[in-house]
Amino acid sequence: MTKPERPNPDTLLAALQKEEAGKKRGQLKVFVGMCPGVGKTYAMLEAAQRELKAGRDVVIGYVETHGRKETDALATNFSTIPRLSIEYRGVTLTEMNLDAVLARRPQLALVDELAHTNVPGSRHPKRWQDIQELRDAGIDVFTTLNVQHVESRADTVKQITGAEIRETVPDSVLDDAVLELVDLPPRELVQRLHEGKVYMADRAAAAIQNFFRESNLNALRELALRLVADHVGEDTILFRRTESAAGAWKTGNRLLVAVGPSPLSEPLIRWTRRMADELRCPWLAVHVEGPQSLSEAAQARLSKNLDTARELGAEVLTTTDEDLARGLLRIARERNVTLIVLGKPSGGGWLNRIRSGQFLRRLMQESGDIDLHVVKAEKASVASEKTGWQPVLISTARQYALAAGVIFATGLASLPFASVPRVPGLIFLLVVVLLALFVGRGPVLFAGALSALTWNFFFLPPRYTLFIHSLDDAILFGTYFVVALVLGQLVARIRAQSDAERRREERTAALYELTRELAEAGSRDEVVWQLLGQINRVFHARAAVTFPSGDKLVPHPDNTLILTEKELSVSDWAFRQRKAAGRFTDNLPGAGALHLPLGTERKTFGVLAVGLPEQNLPLAQRDLLETFARQAALVLDRVELRAAAEQTRLFAESERLSRALLNSISHELRTPLAAITSAATALAEVEFPGVESCHRSQASGRLVPPHPGPLPRREGESTIEQQPADQRQMLLAEIQEANARLNRIVGNLLDVARLESGKVVPRLDWHDARDVVQTTLRELHQEMSAHPVKLDLPSDPILIRLDFSLAQHALANLLVNAITHTPPGTPVEVQAKSADSSILLTVSDRGPGIAANFMPRIFDKFSRAPNAPAGGSGLGLTIAKGFVEAQGGSITVENRPGGGATFTIRLPQSERPPIVEAAI
Amino acid sequence: MSTETKPRSTALVIDDEPQIRRLLRVTLEANGYRVFDAATGQDGLVEAAQRKPDVILLDLGLPDLDGVQVLKRIREWSCAPVIILSVRDQEEEKVAALDSGADDYVTKPFNSAELLARLRAALRHAQPQGADAIFRAGNLEVDLSKRLVFKNGAEVKLTPIEYSLLRLLVTHAGKVLTHRQLLTEVWGEKSVEQSHYLRVHFAHLREKLESNPSAPELILTEPAVGYRLVCR
Repeated sequence: MTKPERPNPDTLLAALQKEEAGKKRGQLKVFVGMCPGVGKTYAMLEAAQRELKAGRDVVIGYVETHGRKETDALATNFSTIPRLSIEYRGVTLTEMNLDAVLARRPQLALVDELAHTNVPGSRHPKRWQDIQELRDAGIDVFTTLNVQHVESRADTVKQITGAEIRETVPDSVLDDAVLELVDLPPRELVQRLHEGKVYMADRAAAAIQNFFRESNLNALRELALRLVADHVGEDTILFRRTESAAGAWKTGNRLLVAVGPSPLSEPLIRWTRRMADELRCPWLAVHVEGPQSLSEAAQARLSKNLDTARELGAEVLTTTDEDLARGLLRIARERNVTLIVLGKPSGGGWLNRIRSGQFLRRLMQESGDIDLHVVKAEKASVASEKTGWQPVLISTARQYALAAGVIFATGLASLPFASVPRVPGLIFLLVVVLLALFVGRGPVLFAGALSALTWNFFFLPPRYTLFIHSLDDAILFGTYFVVALVLGQLVARIRAQSDAERRREERTAALYELTRELAEAGSRDEVVWQLLGQINRVFHARAAVTFPSGDKLVPHPDNTLILTEKELSVSDWAFRQRKAAGRFTDNLPGAGALHLPLGTERKTFGVLAVGLPEQNLPLAQRDLLETFARQAALVLDRVELRAAAEQTRLFAESERLSRALLNSISHELRTPLAAITSAATALAEVEFPGVESCHRSQASGRLVPPHPGPLPRREGESTIEQQPADQRQMLLAEIQEANARLNRIVGNLLDVARLESGKVVPRLDWHDARDVVQTTLRELHQEMSAHPVKLDLPSDPILIRLDFSLAQHALANLLVNAITHTPPGTPVEVQAKSADSSILLTVSDRGPGIAANFMPRIFDKFSRAPNAPAGGSGLGLTIAKGFVEAQGGSITVENRPGGGATFTIRLPQSERPPIVEAAI
Repeated sequence: MSTETKPRSTALVIDDEPQIRRLLRVTLEANGYRVFDAATGQDGLVEAAQRKPDVILLDLGLPDLDGVQVLKRIREWSCAPVIILSVRDQEEEKVAALDSGADDYVTKPFNSAELLARLRAALRHAQPQGADAIFRAGNLEVDLSKRLVFKNGAEVKLTPIEYSLLRLLVTHAGKVLTHRQLLTEVWGEKSVEQSHYLRVHFAHLREKLESNPSAPELILTEPAVGYRLVCR
């Protein structure tokens, strides 16, 4: 009827539909946890509950609650597909009944434990394959996964925990999935474990204990966090699919270059860059921070090296690990690196050479399928500073002074025991060990040596000489010397380790905080707000974000740092060059703030400028800042893409609406017009005797057809001549019927137009709510004649301030809706009552009820139930809702037990009704 | 049901739509009226002055003058009943017209039987009141001279306010009475805002007089306008 006349929207709509068809594959949402017991299943059920409430058809395919009460309770809300029992080696095991789920065709299926291995004899060996099949059938799936089961992370987890990981899921399964992190602070998890709330299948208690060590959990948590944070969201994937795939990497290669403070690293970095260019693949520059701290000079060189890498386009990562080789391999596996580039050791002392050799050998042994490429670095002109043991001895002078002081004091305090020289020896040993807890390695070694000499000089006979008399004492002294050094060394190392652990935990916590807050950010302003807040909390620094507007950068109003013209120009440079600039960098280092571009591969969104109070910026801090900037950029990207998608959706929606409007209106208007035309022409053709034969109904004067409902049209048939009076009456009734319908449609259209233009201003006045019901029923008397009405009104007036006309229209539309969708003869129940300071008007029918998937759209414009009878524009309920809401009320619908639907209008009784003295 | 057989009443139709004027002319003439019409407010005023019609049908949406203005100017010198022709969503103008002296209203699209009933009621009230002190409608009987009310022959006790309201309705039987008119007549000018008085007392009246109070057939609510007592 309505030929498409404008080609543009049509082609666009077609493209959209095509895209929609392409998207038909079910979506996968994965609830990722760091380990068992964090509450993934619970989180999944909670999310599913929200979907259920939104009217989606959700079923449980397979959920393992392990008998936890809260989880069990939550699971009972869903209908469950019975599991399949499979006999295997005399044991009956249960699996998800894949065929039953497919046959049931829910909109969303819940399938726990993505990594699960099916019992032999099942269709697929792995559950993730079952899930793929569900998705192929267009069913959305929620599932759960521990980070240890992700193939690329399994090795890392094994290294962290020592536990063998057998069940893994290929990373590709997660590619187009949405990941949601289920997080629990490690301490709480350990507590849950002790309370027996964590279920782990057939594992030895010792293994569990080992697995759930807090340090393990911290590492696992970081792993899970990174997995989710780095995961490219669905929006982005969708975008990449629709946009041209420009910039997408051509090969599966990924290079990693190990970067240290050595000046030899720089040529290595450049070499890797050339190789990455040739292979057209991404590359990483990784620095593994050991337990020892670097000298300031080394720190500066390292920063410079990493900056170089960054400028050359590498993704720069820093990690902390006691073991350099292990740290490198961990990152390599996490990032699916195919090739590691290392410098060939040259020069340096013998110790350095041996260490480098060991390091390379270990890398080769443990790298598995990752290739190693060892490049001979040209000797750089920079004089190389000694590395190796050197940094160990560097510590502050104060610590040495402290060590010396303590040893001296101990010597004085031990004087009373001078007669038994072994006692001061043990006291010294104790003090050295204790010192190791407070000072660095150098001072500890110094204290060990000093104490040995002091002991010898002041206590070992002959006293006041360094000479040792007896062999016993010589052995004693020698042993003491070694024990003091080793003990001090060991304690210092443990402390360094725990320091590194603590630093990592802090970083993880900060990163987690930011990721979580950012995940909730729905707009650019929120992203900025969260980012600035986190920087303030973590770095105690003021910061500013600028966004481009026209051809210059404009500071965001929420900024905590005021940018001068000069700083703005640095931001501008960072934005254009997509490089870090300002303080702590090689680009415009004279600036007061550090300027980091907020960018993803797709585009640069703006610049983050941070005014750090410190004199220098430790690498880990810099890394964390960069991660912050990257995370913020990712979210900005997501926000922007989502807005674009929303725009497209809105456009398609308005297109759909105007189409629906045209279709519905042309049909709705033409049908009654056709009826009137044909009935009127038929009347004109025939001569009727007896004007008075037309009989009128008492109540309304309307012509009543001999039987209710529209009549079959028989214009032009010979019966007209046979029973002219009767026929005439029928034709007239037909015209009236069509008229009433036409009047209703026009009324509805005008009402919708009024609502859309926001011109509905309620005129509130005191009314008796019962009167609204009575008047509406009286006016709809004719239409409702085929449906018995059960009226339930209280005997006293229900006084409420409302707009009588609007309320009456809303109620009338609910009644018309009820009689349109229920067969004649079924009752319609109408009730008015007051309940907790509001008035409820309900209309209940015994029709087919409302399909769950239609429920969320039932009040939408032009939306009609899939199997609704002909006639009706899909506007009645929209108007009812609009008119009720205009008076501050609300309207809800639910299916009734025993069939049918109940619509409820709730109007607030905001004012107490005045008291009217009835007796007067 | 009845054709007017007395001396023919004259009706003036003031409406700018030619089709409405034609249809009303046909309908009214078929029912014994002499019909004049006018397409504008100005013409309508002239016609009204010249023809001195027994009843006037006035459209609210005229091209030149506001319908309420026309009504007020007619009311300056004539007390012929005026029936307002309005469309939906003109509640405020409708009420304003009724409060300014219009006798009744019909909403377009209206059905002819209803219009004729309104015309008859309006004409009846325009005639000097006869000695007819007994009013009957359905099961209701009101004896205005003795101030007695009967339902199915049994006397019904009304409070003074209820009786005042009922008396008003009875003397204007078949006509709509606006909230303002009812409130002013019964409680006085000061109480025109106290619409809740009406709700409560009308609820009680229905309780006492209607055979089925939850589906009133005697005392009808005119949405957003007022009340009407059915006369039949």
